Amino acid sequence: MSGVDKWFGELHVLQDIDLTIDRGEVVVVIGPSGSGKSTLCRTINRLESIENGEITIDGQQLPAEGKELARLRADVGMVFQSFNLFAHKTVLENVTLGPIKVRKQSKADAEKRARELLDRVGVGAQADKVPAQLSGGQQQRVAIARALAMDPKVMLFDEPTSALDPEMINEVLEVMVGLAQDGMTMIVVTHEMGFARRAANRVVFMDGGRIVESATPEEFFTNPSSDRAKDFLSKILNH
Amino acid sequence: MQFLIDSFPLLWDAFLTTLSLSLLAGVLALVLGTLLAAFRVSPIPPLRGLSTFYVETFRNTPLTVVFFFIIFGLPQIDFAVGFFTGSVLAVGFYTAAFVCEAVRSGINAVSAGQAEASRAIGLTFGQSLREVVLPQAFRSVVPPLGNVWIAMVKNTSIAAGFAVSELTASMQRLSNANAGELLLVLVAVVVGYMLITLPSAYAISRVERRVAILR
Repeated sequence: MSGVDKWFGELHVLQDIDLTIDRGEVVVVIGPSGSGKSTLCRTINRLESIENGEITIDGQQLPAEGKELARLRADVGMVFQSFNLFAHKTVLENVTLGPIKVRKQSKADAEKRARELLDRVGVGAQADKVPAQLSGGQQQRVAIARALAMDPKVMLFDEPTSALDPEMINEVLEVMVGLAQDGMTMIVVTHEMGFARRAANRVVFMDGGRIVESATPEEFFTNPSSDRAKDFLSKILNH
Repeated sequence: MQFLIDSFPLLWDAFLTTLSLSLLAGVLALVLGTLLAAFRVSPIPPLRGLSTFYVETFRNTPLTVVFFFIIFGLPQIDFAVGFFTGSVLAVGFYTAAFVCEAVRSGINAVSAGQAEASRAIGLTFGQSLREVVLPQAFRSVVPPLGNVWIAMVKNTSIAAGFAVSELTASMQRLSNANAGELLLVLVAVVVGYMLITLPSAYAISRVERRVAILR
């Protein structure tokens, strides 16, 4: 993405953002609340529109609306803070909906693949339950399986563990680390510094709608170059 | 008693007319109202505008005037409909505005995350509405739609003024001919309406329990 600007009314939430992410790269976006990191993540599949600049995915510019956009979104997996599993469908149906309706797979093929993915994220036994019967950690793992079922080129994670009990955070992070090791291109907005250290190729630090710093996790955590990042890290690492 | 037995065929016909008027107008209102609600939340501004215009027009016009427009107004532009068809259209079009508002409130009650998640896996606006949003919206609009349905059944009585022999028309006819039995006629007609609305209320509460979802 280059030269991206976004306003919410008077508020300039994204200011001249330039960011390039390579295939297979895992980028962790951190920053204080209100820094624009979630908004950044949501502009990539146009859940938020932008006022200036351009976003291209795999050489293709992000279309404005309509069928083209839907096709592109199918290639971009997204995992939300509040899971957003379809409340009226079973876990299995949650995962097969996209493949059947968008990828036009047969029900049998979609279900076979869905069960594999659910097993992979460790919730295979819950396939026939509805989301409300699952714990938060299980729901979020289903949400990851739902996104993976579309065979996305890139996965966006918008604070995937922020709504979870501490005990459940790890089960979700384990799945994400596994994905990163398998070479998935990932953009992860998170407060989990452990994940950033373990799995990220790069840490992007945002504040006030700008990218303040972009560095390897090593560099960023041991020797941040900006004062703002130093200040932020001192607050979150010393407790 | 003899009076009721004698009048039964007429009352029964009238009851069936009210019932079919209600069912046909109800289906029309449900389909059209849902479509209008979908327009109302669509990303295409002209569709939103059209739906808003429709709802405000029909919701703010007395039903009797809608009847006049359809039954006597449309022939002026060479589009004549019969009294029964015209009544179905009048009640259906009018009620669609209320169905639209009820369904729209249901759509608004579905959390925005549900629509975001469905768009994020690549569903189009229409698919997301059909597969994800509306099925959840309908669950919360069963009670208000029940109200709309019951009000609509009673609103079909206006067709009595437009040469449709439904329950209210039969009431006028029977009471004119048998002034001494007026109370009996009134009770018979009320029972006729209740035969439609009370089982509906029961069915609605059954449906409501059936479709309740865990959140």
